[in-house]
Amino acid sequence: MQKGGFNFDLYQRNVELIEKNNYKVPKTTKTGTTIVGVVFSDGVVLGADTRATSGPIVADPNCEKIHRISDYIWCAGAGTAADTENTTGMISLQLELLSLSTGRSPRVRTALTLLKNFLFRYHGYISAALVLGGVDFTGPHLHMIHPHGSTSTLPYISMGSGSLAAMAVLETGYNSKMGEEDAKSLVHQAILSGILNDLGSGGNVDLCVIKHKSMEFFRNIDTTNSKRKFRKKLPYMFKSGSTKILEKEIKEKMEKMEIVNEKENEIEELEEL
Amino acid sequence: METYLGEKQQARQWSPYINNGGSCLAVAGDDFAVIASDTRMSLGYSIKTRYSTKYLKITEKCSIVSSGMQADIFTLHKVLKSRAQIYEQKHGKPMSTDAVAKLVSRLLYYRRFFPYYTFNIVAGVDEDGVGCVFSYDAIGTLERVKYSASGSGSSLIEPVLDNQVALKNRNDIKKEEFKLTKEYAIDLVKDAITSAGERDIYTGDFVEISVIDLNGTHEDKFELRFD
Repeated sequence: MQKGGFNFDLYQRNVELIEKNNYKVPKTTKTGTTIVGVVFSDGVVLGADTRATSGPIVADPNCEKIHRISDYIWCAGAGTAADTENTTGMISLQLELLSLSTGRSPRVRTALTLLKNFLFRYHGYISAALVLGGVDFTGPHLHMIHPHGSTSTLPYISMGSGSLAAMAVLETGYNSKMGEEDAKSLVHQAILSGILNDLGSGGNVDLCVIKHKSMEFFRNIDTTNSKRKFRKKLPYMFKSGSTKILEKEIKEKMEKMEIVNEKENEIEELEEL
Repeated sequence: METYLGEKQQARQWSPYINNGGSCLAVAGDDFAVIASDTRMSLGYSIKTRYSTKYLKITEKCSIVSSGMQADIFTLHKVLKSRAQIYEQKHGKPMSTDAVAKLVSRLLYYRRFFPYYTFNIVAGVDEDGVGCVFSYDAIGTLERVKYSASGSGSSLIEPVLDNQVALKNRNDIKKEEFKLTKEYAIDLVKDAITSAGERDIYTGDFVEISVIDLNGTHEDKFELRFD
């Protein structure tokens, strides 16, 4: 029986389907995305948009891209949605167990090492680009992690398809002596820039402010870009009978259940062992 | 060239075509037609401009909207406009909608072996005063229909029109009892393209909508999402 890791049982079949049967590889849901992180005097601010795309179609107009690693360590993720969610989930699990066994509160650099080692093992096949930020007892930290496993430690970071739009705003507005309100406003503007100028990003702005022993999550702090501009007054009405009924089958609800097999003895056997 | 996993990688060949995205649609009623298109021009994941018109009024009774490559849309519309002007000056009267439809088809087929990357819809009122919509493929296949959608959002819009205009898969309203009014058609067109703007990343910014009837053409514009 396989222990952990990934299951490659279908690999051969998939290769043959693609080559011989002209099968089209299904599109993964990517988060397109603009994610941003900024360090300020007392902590870090993380920001993200909320659009998840599947090719040119918006799969989820309001998804959550800022994931919890631990109470004061959060991570924004860009790339394949399944990869970012499962990777951050796994590392959050490992970090919790580690913090319980060591008896110490988790450090950002530990999360960083766990994430980069995990992603490196998969050589970029796990398409997760992360902005990891948090405050531990050593102070505020902000890191960027690429899908291949390389990391950088920087005062301000942007990742995802909207990273260029966001970085333009960050480069213009960042200064090392920023306070909380300035940092929040800068991150907000950077994400907005990604939402408006990048087609892979859109929806609302999510913000996460982490300081020493304090975390504030502003879900959908800005929804001005996601309002539907026109809706027709008359609703779409489908009267009963609109859908043609082809077959009708009415099943009686079961009132009584018959006990066919009793397995009490099995439990006793286990206790003896 | 094979990678270590055995996948074949083909060398990228230069293509003269690009897709600038966008959606277009048109609906015909008994004595009017509604035609609309968004104005966003994209390239890859970027927006090149939020306002680039895809709509052209050819005569008072006939307009065209096109989606696809902006360069080809611009050129086709330029050629079409001048041909319509030449016709009007030669014959002393504007082109009828049927004549415009046929002209577009011929112009597209003329470029059979290096087509215009355009997906056109012509709409207007015909000589009998009945609303009409003509839809085309890239090389000019002509078909007169009651409604049509083209562009990146067409697969999102067409099923809505199938259900609400042609009453497909509905058993609650009979076709004989249903009358497509101008207000209903305008609302439906606006709603359909707004919905396409919600879910298609290439559709958004502004919509140019115009209503064509026996009195002429009434043009309007409204906003979509900018994200």
